[in-house]
Amino acid sequence: MIEKKLDELQHLSEYRDLVATRRRIIWPLAILMLLVYYAYILVIAFKPELFAAKIGEGHTTFGIVIGLGLIFFSFLLTGIYVHKANTKLEPLTKKLLEKTGDL
Amino acid sequence: MTGDFNVTAVSMFGLFVTFTLLITWWAAKRMTGTKSFYSAGGNITGFQNGLAIAGDYMSAASFLGISGLVFSAGYDGLIYSIGFLVGWPIILLLIAEPLRNLGKHTFADVASYRLRQKPTRILAALGTLATVALYLIAQMVGSGQLIKVLFGLDYTYAVVSVGILMMVYVTFGGMIATTWVQIIKACLLLFGATLLALLVLAHFNFSIESLFDAAVNIHAHGEAIMAPGGLVSDPVSAISLGLALMFGTAGLPHILMRFFTVPDAKQAHRSVFYATGFIGYFYILTFIIGFGAIALLLSNPEFLDADGKLNGGTNMAAIHLSSALGGDMMLGFISAVAFATILAVVSGLTLAGASAISHDLYASVLKKGQADEKTEMKVSRYATIVLGIMAILLGILFEKQNVAFMVGLAFAIAASANFPILFLSMYWKNLTTRGAVIGGSLGLLTAVVLVILSPVVWVDVLGYPEAIFPYKYPALFSMSVAFIGTWFFSVTDKSDSAKKEREAFTLQYVRGQTGVGAETASGH
Repeated sequence: MIEKKLDELQHLSEYRDLVATRRRIIWPLAILMLLVYYAYILVIAFKPELFAAKIGEGHTTFGIVIGLGLIFFSFLLTGIYVHKANTKLEPLTKKLLEKTGDL
Repeated sequence: MTGDFNVTAVSMFGLFVTFTLLITWWAAKRMTGTKSFYSAGGNITGFQNGLAIAGDYMSAASFLGISGLVFSAGYDGLIYSIGFLVGWPIILLLIAEPLRNLGKHTFADVASYRLRQKPTRILAALGTLATVALYLIAQMVGSGQLIKVLFGLDYTYAVVSVGILMMVYVTFGGMIATTWVQIIKACLLLFGATLLALLVLAHFNFSIESLFDAAVNIHAHGEAIMAPGGLVSDPVSAISLGLALMFGTAGLPHILMRFFTVPDAKQAHRSVFYATGFIGYFYILTFIIGFGAIALLLSNPEFLDADGKLNGGTNMAAIHLSSALGGDMMLGFISAVAFATILAVVSGLTLAGASAISHDLYASVLKKGQADEKTEMKVSRYATIVLGIMAILLGILFEKQNVAFMVGLAFAIAASANFPILFLSMYWKNLTTRGAVIGGSLGLLTAVVLVILSPVVWVDVLGYPEAIFPYKYPALFSMSVAFIGTWFFSVTDKSDSAKKEREAFTLQYVRGQTGVGAETASGH
């Protein structure tokens, strides 16, 4: 029963729309997250002195600002995805399920 | 050392235990079957689940451990915090929704969706139990030592009482009680850590710069605590640690289980959003607390022993700091919060272990999915009790052992066995049972063997002068072995069943993407 429904679903243009939109949202964000994090890790591994540089007169270093920035960035990234999921993916899923009568 | 009897700590903790036992009693009345036991009937909202996930993740090890790490090494503590956090966006983007759409109670449901049930479930259960056991031992030993210091209770009594309370929560209240205990503890911990960080900042007139100044002036490493230092020194270790932290998170069974407690995929992704916020905020607090501990404790002989080291070890930094800033009241409150944290985390772990035994091994493998619900409930309760007793015994056995490597090994196994098969089952069409079982086993084996041969076990535990495997973190190697092994043994699999498994991918993918056919909150 469910197999039949899933089989019908995959041929609908709405399904292809949903999958393509989701792909366009998740993969760039995931790759961005990996790039940013591994850039951070590689600086620590190869050029830690970059992070030891002072930002101003005081003790605060680039490493601290970038490290805390990375925490904000991770949170921001999840926020961006949730926003896009609600505004773009949700309506597409709804449209698809309406068409197959699964609501 | 054994601590003094702190009235605030004991009464605060007594209050927590009473309240959580009431919740367990309330939850027990709502325990209608396996669905409420494993996944709270799917009735938890995204926000509540976000708090519960954060609670599972903010263990005593991360509260006391990371603030202790900042206390002893400064900036390097932040590297760990960031590594623990960046796994979350990855879970959100790639794992959360298909996981919720394809699974029922455990991540093995997803891994075995189109593969042969028996071998896949056995491997997933093995990965789950290995991760849970290592994590559990580390938490039990940590809790025994902590309670000894905080409440003046004998180590054995401490471990036994943690074990018994956790068995009561899980056996009677299942996932409903475990989730609510976790939510309450997460709120307490966030509140306590916020208060402590505010007291630190207030002490320095809310100037971060004067906090840093005071810390740099008193720490033996001086200015070096403001930048990455010796903790991660070579590139291989840095990358390997990064991999373990990021992908290990995505393979922790007790965390993955939480995605089945929400009604649908939408609530699943909302929970990760809230969880990431809470966890990120919490790590910023531990950073401030760690620096506060440097600035305020190192100048105060009351907290140091004859060699100028912190009483009770660096993990006590946050605890001593609470006493330095807020006296006995604050010390009592933070101690009670730390105890509550341990209790909640061990309960979540035990539930995940018990589910692997009753849902994956008993109901799916032994009974081939035809298990009678009543018997399955009984099996899950017995499994909880057996795991609880084992945790108590192992906790006592490992009292004097160095267990520091255990959480690291748990993450390595999660990243090298659980994560690869889960991820590939969702995204790679050509995965076959043979590939998943051989690749996952190789990943698990490689992680365990490399950790044993590494400095953390070979030198620190077994006492040999030099390690055979030079790196502390095996993930780079063990994850590669797992992925290459899975790939190789999948693509070379020409059997008929492999062909069917590849064909089944398309419809599995459609369900993962749309949620059609997914488990619903109403139950069946």
